[in-house]
Amino acid sequence: MSSAKPTKVALIGNPNSGKSSLFNYLTGLNQKVGNFPGVTVDKKVGRTQLPGIGETEIIDLPGIYSIYPRSLDERIVAESLLDRNSPTAPTKVVVVVDATNIKRGLLLLTQIVDIGLPTVLALNMMDLAAKAGVSYDFLMLSQKLGVTVVPINARKGQGIDALKKEIAQAEVSRMQPIFPVWPEAKAAVKQLRDEFQLINDYQAYQFLEQPQSLHFLSKDKQNLVESVRTTHQYFPGKFQGAETIQRYGFIQDLLNEAILKQPDYAWKNFSHKLDRVLTHKVAGYAIFFAVLFLVFQSVFAWASYPMDFIDGLFADFSSWLSNTLPDGALTRLLAEGIIPGLGGIVMFVPQIAILFALVAVLEETGYMARVVFLMDKVMRKFGLNGKSVVPLMSGVACAIPAIMAARTIDNWKERTITIMVTPLMSCSARIPIFTILIALIVPETKVLGFFNLQGVALMSLYLLGFVAALASAWVMKKLINVKERSYLMMELPTYRLPKGTNVGLTLVEKTKSFVLEAGKVILAISVVLWVLASYGPGDKLKNAEAYVMQETANMRLTEQGLQDRIAAYKLENSYAGVIGKAIEPAIKPLGYDWKIGIALITSFAAREVFVGTMATIYSIGSAGEEDQNTIKSRMQQEINPETGEPRFTMAVGLSLLVFYTFAMQCMSTIAVVYRETKGWKWPLIQLAYMSALAYFSALLVYQVLK
Amino acid sequence: MAEKEKSVATMKPGETAIIAGFTDAEISAKLMEMGCLPGAPVRFNFKAPFGDPICISVLGYELSLRLEEAATISIMN
Repeated sequence: MSSAKPTKVALIGNPNSGKSSLFNYLTGLNQKVGNFPGVTVDKKVGRTQLPGIGETEIIDLPGIYSIYPRSLDERIVAESLLDRNSPTAPTKVVVVVDATNIKRGLLLLTQIVDIGLPTVLALNMMDLAAKAGVSYDFLMLSQKLGVTVVPINARKGQGIDALKKEIAQAEVSRMQPIFPVWPEAKAAVKQLRDEFQLINDYQAYQFLEQPQSLHFLSKDKQNLVESVRTTHQYFPGKFQGAETIQRYGFIQDLLNEAILKQPDYAWKNFSHKLDRVLTHKVAGYAIFFAVLFLVFQSVFAWASYPMDFIDGLFADFSSWLSNTLPDGALTRLLAEGIIPGLGGIVMFVPQIAILFALVAVLEETGYMARVVFLMDKVMRKFGLNGKSVVPLMSGVACAIPAIMAARTIDNWKERTITIMVTPLMSCSARIPIFTILIALIVPETKVLGFFNLQGVALMSLYLLGFVAALASAWVMKKLINVKERSYLMMELPTYRLPKGTNVGLTLVEKTKSFVLEAGKVILAISVVLWVLASYGPGDKLKNAEAYVMQETANMRLTEQGLQDRIAAYKLENSYAGVIGKAIEPAIKPLGYDWKIGIALITSFAAREVFVGTMATIYSIGSAGEEDQNTIKSRMQQEINPETGEPRFTMAVGLSLLVFYTFAMQCMSTIAVVYRETKGWKWPLIQLAYMSALAYFSALLVYQVLK
Repeated sequence: MAEKEKSVATMKPGETAIIAGFTDAEISAKLMEMGCLPGAPVRFNFKAPFGDPICISVLGYELSLRLEEAATISIMN
């Protein structure tokens, strides 16, 4: 192979065509997810061995129906195919078509063939096609389409070697386009083809038809297209439907000859019967809620063991570090800032992994499409979309991957609202705060004989978050005034069993993106917070030890007790402590004192820090976060000096619970929203509205109950 | 119902019909790409519990769409 550019193969196909299975089969774990420049659509790139070429890059493009884009995903594919000057442009294309649903797949294929890249047609799901009794004349298909046709079964890996061979050999063999451009467009196309040095008419026709979708075109080039349109009096848009009809006409003629035996749809009967139950007005919702319950149950029940283990591991490592390394600012930064910060990220990996494995299973089986179908009408009332269910559901584990899951929503307004309200779903980082505060104010009694009252309280908080998410979405629906049509138009794929490797690779990919996304921010923030909590104005911190020793000289404290006192004193006089005291007037109406204020400050960037800060400020830092009983009993003893009563009354506890249910308190989420919405506008609005909601709700709760 | 133009949205579960055309140019391009072509047979499968969206069979696969989208697909009498 002596081509100047290295071979890059793009996989293209409809959603549900089995494209990801093929990608996974070709590349295995040898894949990574990046981003297309400037946008947030995932770009999956892997490597595979091709005969005669060697290691070759494979790009998995998002699943699309047409190269006339209507969603971000579709635009990416159109751009990567038409931007021939880009260094990442593919040199060859594999179009994956579901053999049981061939016509719609061939529509996309004929568009791609006309763009003029070397193309191979991978006819996937041949096992199901055989089950459906359909059989094709592959030779005829190949000849008429001008591309090699390779039957494969990507789930089982059948036909992959033949496919690789054909990809390596693929060349452009078709000379005549399947769809010749309209006579009305000929002159304009000719001019654009010359101006842009394009290899064929259809590429030029694409530039003429939809320059607004091709963002790689410079302003000058956009204007050029505009002037060509004016010169030739060519008004695009109205021909799109006609082109589709012409292409389907070609496909119908082709299949009349190439289908040797018509399919029998009896193999779908089971799927149809299943749909009767799963989309039934009673059974459908009952099953959906049962599935939700099972998912959450498994996330919380299974994940707690590895989470505790990881938590312990990092705590041990951090104390080992501070004991082993020479004492100094750097050691403390490492042991008290960076390592616990990293632990805070890794600790949530089990929950996220389990949740995304389950979501991947639901998606693989085709059930998720039914959930969208069931929920669309309800969600639309709140300015959301049926597809918002996945982000909202995932938000219970962590808002970061959940917000990324909102990309599948085509409509800008619905997607933005989904992103804005997802962090109100109670994520796993809120659990430690919830459990300790509930333990403090809710007695451990049974209601109605078997419901644990504390459990009911926890459940209510989740419900509160969900209701707040819907209510906020409804308000935003009224406030955001954008006229953009919202579509559903979604395939309900035939049910099938999930494939383990696909689920596994999705899980790895999502978890990786969480660790990397959240990791960077949490790490940076934990360093900043460590500085805030370890340094303070004046020399009080330097003399902390001497001061506390003098103060407590006749208290006969143990060494441990003394160290805890010193830590508390240091925190009180650190910058974080100063800020905590400064905001006391603002949080007093909520029932909080400066000690809680410090915890609010330190947990501003990551709410899970709250419990640890409470432990330090109450001089029980050495008890560790795990020892909730110690923290709990210490908090119970805390007295409000103004009233002489316990600090954590029912009113204060509930006020704090409500505050943490609504407050943003997560810097990583802000960073992800910034990335996903490409600007500071939405993350700042989100921070403002959630903080306001938290503050005023907590205020209301405290003032009513006190 | 006699006066109302017949569309996919007015079909009953289990009914089949032939697509005649579209009443909305903007959505029609997308609908045609999804296989809702003039002259193609369409089967109304079932509705979601609140009556919307609906599931139809077209081009040999199952497509779900909202009632307002379905209402733009007119069918032959």
